[in-house]
Parts: sequence; C-alpha cells; structure tokens
Amino acid sequence: MADSETGAPDVPTLLGPPDPARARSVATGHLGRALGSATRQLLGGDWPAKTAELLAVVRHRVSGDYEVDEFGFDPELTSHFLLAALRPVAHRWFRVEVRGVENIPADGGGLVVANRSGTIPVDALMTLLAVHDHAGRYLRMLGADLVFSLPFISPMARRSGATLACAEDAERMLAGGELVGVWPEGFKGTGKRYSKRYQLQPFGSGGIVSSALRTSAPIIPCSIVGAEESYPLIGNIPMLARLLGVPYVPITPTFPLLGPLGLVPLPSKWLIAFGEPIRTDTYPAGAADDAMLVLNLTDRLRETIQQTLHALLAQRERAFF
Amino acid sequence: MNSVVLVTGICGGLAGRLARSLVADPTVDKVVGIDTVPPRRAVVGVKFVSADIRNPVLSQVLATEDVDTVVHLAVRPAAGRRYGRPSPPNESNLAGAMQLLAACQRAPAVRKLVLKSSTAVYGASPSDPAMFTEEMEPRRSPTGGFAKDCVEVEGYLRGLGRRRPDLLLTTLRLADLLSPTLDTPLGRYLRLPVAPTVLGHDPRFQVLHEDDAAAVLHRAVTHDIAGTYNVAADGILVLSQVLGRLGRPALPVPSSGLPALRPLGVELPDDMTRFLTYGRGVDTTALRTRFGYRTQHSSASTLDEFAGSVRTAATSRTAHGRVTAG
Repeated sequence: MADSETGAPDVPTLLGPPDPARARSVATGHLGRALGSATRQLLGGDWPAKTAELLAVVRHRVSGDYEVDEFGFDPELTSHFLLAALRPVAHRWFRVEVRGVENIPADGGGLVVANRSGTIPVDALMTLLAVHDHAGRYLRMLGADLVFSLPFISPMARRSGATLACAEDAERMLAGGELVGVWPEGFKGTGKRYSKRYQLQPFGSGGIVSSALRTSAPIIPCSIVGAEESYPLIGNIPMLARLLGVPYVPITPTFPLLGPLGLVPLPSKWLIAFGEPIRTDTYPAGAADDAMLVLNLTDRLRETIQQTLHALLAQRERAFF
Repeated sequence: MNSVVLVTGICGGLAGRLARSLVADPTVDKVVGIDTVPPRRAVVGVKFVSADIRNPVLSQVLATEDVDTVVHLAVRPAAGRRYGRPSPPNESNLAGAMQLLAACQRAPAVRKLVLKSSTAVYGASPSDPAMFTEEMEPRRSPTGGFAKDCVEVEGYLRGLGRRRPDLLLTTLRLADLLSPTLDTPLGRYLRLPVAPTVLGHDPRFQVLHEDDAAAVLHRAVTHDIAGTYNVAADGILVLSQVLGRLGRPALPVPSSGLPALRPLGVELPDDMTRFLTYGRGVDTTALRTRFGYRTQHSSASTLDEFAGSVRTAATSRTAHGRVTAG
C-alpha cells in the first residue's frame, strides 16, 4: 500500500504497446487506494485498530459476552454501531449544529424535553448523538408502547437505551441518575401536516413534569429545528393506518412514490438547542401532586421551547442549503 | 419458639432442598412433607405423608402433627411435561390450594403460611414497565396456564388473610429457576437443540439460582416477615445473549407461526410465547431491604453454571455415541 503510493505516478505511457497485465495492476492499485482512503475517511487514521475493535464487538454479539442494564441498554452496541452510523448522517447530511451544550448537566438525573417532528422519529436519534458527542452522556429516550410492540424496532429501541414512556420507568431512570429524553407531543407531533410545522402540539397532562418533580430532576428544554423539512408530511392514509395498527401512514413528496427510497430524509439544515435548566428541587414535597403547579410548569416549558423554535427558525437562513 | 413445618409438593426438587435445610435447622422441630407421589430421594428426618392436598386427610395431618407453619410449594407448572405434549388444565393447582387454605383456616395451631408464587403473575406485554415492583398491577393479566394459576392462588391467600387476620402470610414471587439439576420450564426450553424464538423480538429476563430460592423460602419459615416479595437474581439477561452464551442456535419464527412447530415436538404455551416476546423484569429492592435477603448468585453466574452443565451433557452424549458406534 505504502509502496504503491510512493512509487512512480501511474501516467499512461506513450512508448510501446499497452501491457494488459500492467493495466490490470494499475486498476487494482487505484481501487486499493480508493478503498484505503474510504476506510480512512470512515474510521479515521488508525483504521486497522478500529476494525479489530469492531470485529471484537461483533464477536461479543455472537458469544453473548456483553452486559445490558435493567432497561436492556447495550452501551457497546450503541456506541460502536448506532452512534457510528448516525455520525456521518448528522455531520454530512443534516449538518447538525448544537447549541447550549453547557445546559446539559454533567452528572445526575435530568429530563430533556424536546419538540417532536418529522414523521419518522429521526429527531430522537440526532438528539441522542448530539448529547453523546457534546456532553459525553447517553440520552435515555422514552418511547410509546407501539415502539415496544413492533418486531425488530422494539429490541433495537431497548438496546439503544430507550424504555417505555410511563411514570414508573421515567422515575426509575431519573432516580438512578440518568439523563432522560422525552418528546411529550408523541404521535401528535410527528403526525402533523407540514403546514403546521414548528407549532407545538399539546403536552398531555403533564405526567412527565410530575415525574421530574417527584425525583427533583432538572428539566432541560430542547428545541429541534430541521426535522420537519426532512420528512414533510403532506398527507395520511388513515384506512391503511387502521389496518396496520399504527397511528398514521405518512405521505411525503417522496414516499410512497419512490418506494423504500422515499424513506431517505431530505437534507434539511438542523439546529438543536438546549435551553437553561428549570430547577425542580426548590418545590416542597408533594408538589408533584399539585395539578395547578404541574400545569403551570408544563405551560412554561412549552412556551420556552416554542419561543426558542421561532428564534432558531429566524436564525436559520435556508431550510435546505 | 420451635416450629413444626408442613411442606406441600415435597417431591419437587426445590422442596427437597428446602426440607434438607429445614431438618438441619435447630429452630425447626419437625418437617412434614406431603405429596401425591413419594419423593425419588427420601430426605432423612422428614415425615412423609402420601396424600393429595385435596384430600380431607390434610386437616388431620395439620391437627395431629401440630403444624404451625405451612409452606405451599405445590403450585406447579404442568409438571415434568416435555414440550410437545399439550399441558392438561391444572385443576390440582387451584383445587389443591383452595382445600389447603380452607384446612389452614380451620386449624388454630397454624400461624404462618408461606406461598411460592411466580413473577409470571405480572404477565408480559409491550406496555409493561421495565421493572415491576410488588405494588404494580399487571398491564395485561395472564390469561391461562401456570401464570393464571399463580394469580388465582395469590387471590385465595389474600382472602384467607381477610378471614384470619392473625395469620402471618408471606408470598414469594420467584423468577424462573435455572439449574443444572432441577427440571424447570426455562431450563427445558434452553436445553432444546434449536431454540425457537419470536422473530424480531429479544426479551429481557432474570433467572434465579436454586440456592437462593431455597434460602429465601427457608428465611421465610424461620423469620416472621409478612408481605409479598419478588425474588430474582441481580442483573438482566437478553435471550439472544443467553443463547449465544449457551452456544445454542436460535430459530426465529413469526409469533403466529409458533403453533406450526407443534408437529416437531415443540410447544410453547401462550404465557411462554408472550414471555419470549416481551420479556419481564422485576424489582428486588423489597427483598433486600424489608425481607433482608441478598441473592448470592447473579443472573449471569446462574446462567454460567447452567451452561457448564449443558456443555458437559453434550460432550458426554457425543462420547457415549462414539463408544456405541465403536
């Protein structure tokens, strides 16, 4: 490899007839160099070591030689495969810009509340990556029970650190000092039309705020801009959705028109901003059951995220390029 | 105060272990065992009564032996049945428990009842919390089989508690036992040459070592700790990880296709299928704090021990095959 790079440049020679064997070797050399540079691009300079590491992870998968926590979170698989696969998408495709990283607590429980958008929950994955790469923590996402009934999706969700969005699990994670991510709009957020983009849907009854109050965990508002344009939802097939038992079957400009290719998100420009944490440890015990206080806090939180969304939209010059 | 302990279902493997440790305990005066069939290995020091607990003779045993503590282990999954044969409706679980509890209600000497139940009472569904505590209700109640039997029997026990508030009642919800020597449903499943799994699902679960199960039951007999407690080893396992560690190939089958495996000699009851789809985790904080017991074996070490026995069995089988072939 190194020899062929330092060797004579492969200029086509005008002298003598073309030698097929030499042409083949030149082609192989080119191919080898291209592959080498692609591997370096993907894995960095020390790609042999990285490849060995990846192979070790694969071997652990086969032999069962790894650990999961009580929620089924598999940090090895998440960091080596999921996050590694998401990173180029975030950097090259969505060009994600992350702001307010200092608002993510360095340790202890915390609740990241974000706006939901974009038909397919890619926003959760991008936030997971942003939190991991900028704050060095795993965001433990809360998902709807539909997620945990779907084959293939459900084991993957648990392995990436997600659990069911219910008070028991949220409080267990927060009390255990985890950074929990929640998208309280749920399917109302992802299933809304493109014309309603960046308009926050209701946050439900504020159950998640009660959980934060009960565990004295700070609430970090998070505003995500860009997901709406990546899958602009222009229609829905309610009949098919009922048949499949899912909340909606999206129609986007590319799906189902282009088939599976239509699932490729449009390359919108993304901004993710973490806001100043709202403290919950200053309230007296029993505040979690005070419906008035919970609703007020929920409204405040929703307002903060909505205003940040408007500010970010104004800052972002163009939605795509 | 020394006690006389009656153990139902004494021929079970776990009951045998419990009986041995109770006999060795100086605070226990006498151990009486009752079952329909005599145990394969008699335990020295245990007085064996060959009777069905549905038989009225039970009341006489309680009275003549002056029993003060009853350990009910006779709620069992379709016992000793291999996958492949349909499990009969287990009326003996329900009728037996009903008769036993009625007899206890009438026996004034009885002051304590320990019930071995199962974590299967929590069912398994996609809307389950990650870890069930004892206070949580199942999101989808078990509809049949052993799990349903346990739910019913726990209900009977609560009823008895209302009728005789002076009784000390301990319910122990045991996770699936995994042991090289005991025949348990999970063990039978993991010993299959190819394990059928539900396509696209990878359930989480805990196991329990027989040492810990016996020790917890023993502690419930010798200490007065009322209430309901989850009993499971520390740490969670995932099915694909377990099969990987056992070196067992998995056969992923869509959940609707599992009945098609029946002709091949593999039948998974409905509650087992749901368990293999959604899994289950139980919280054991109450066991550590209020009950005062810390399990000695983790899920991973229990599995390692089981894996060792599976591998030895496999090598001895091949060795045996070679001898007969030669």
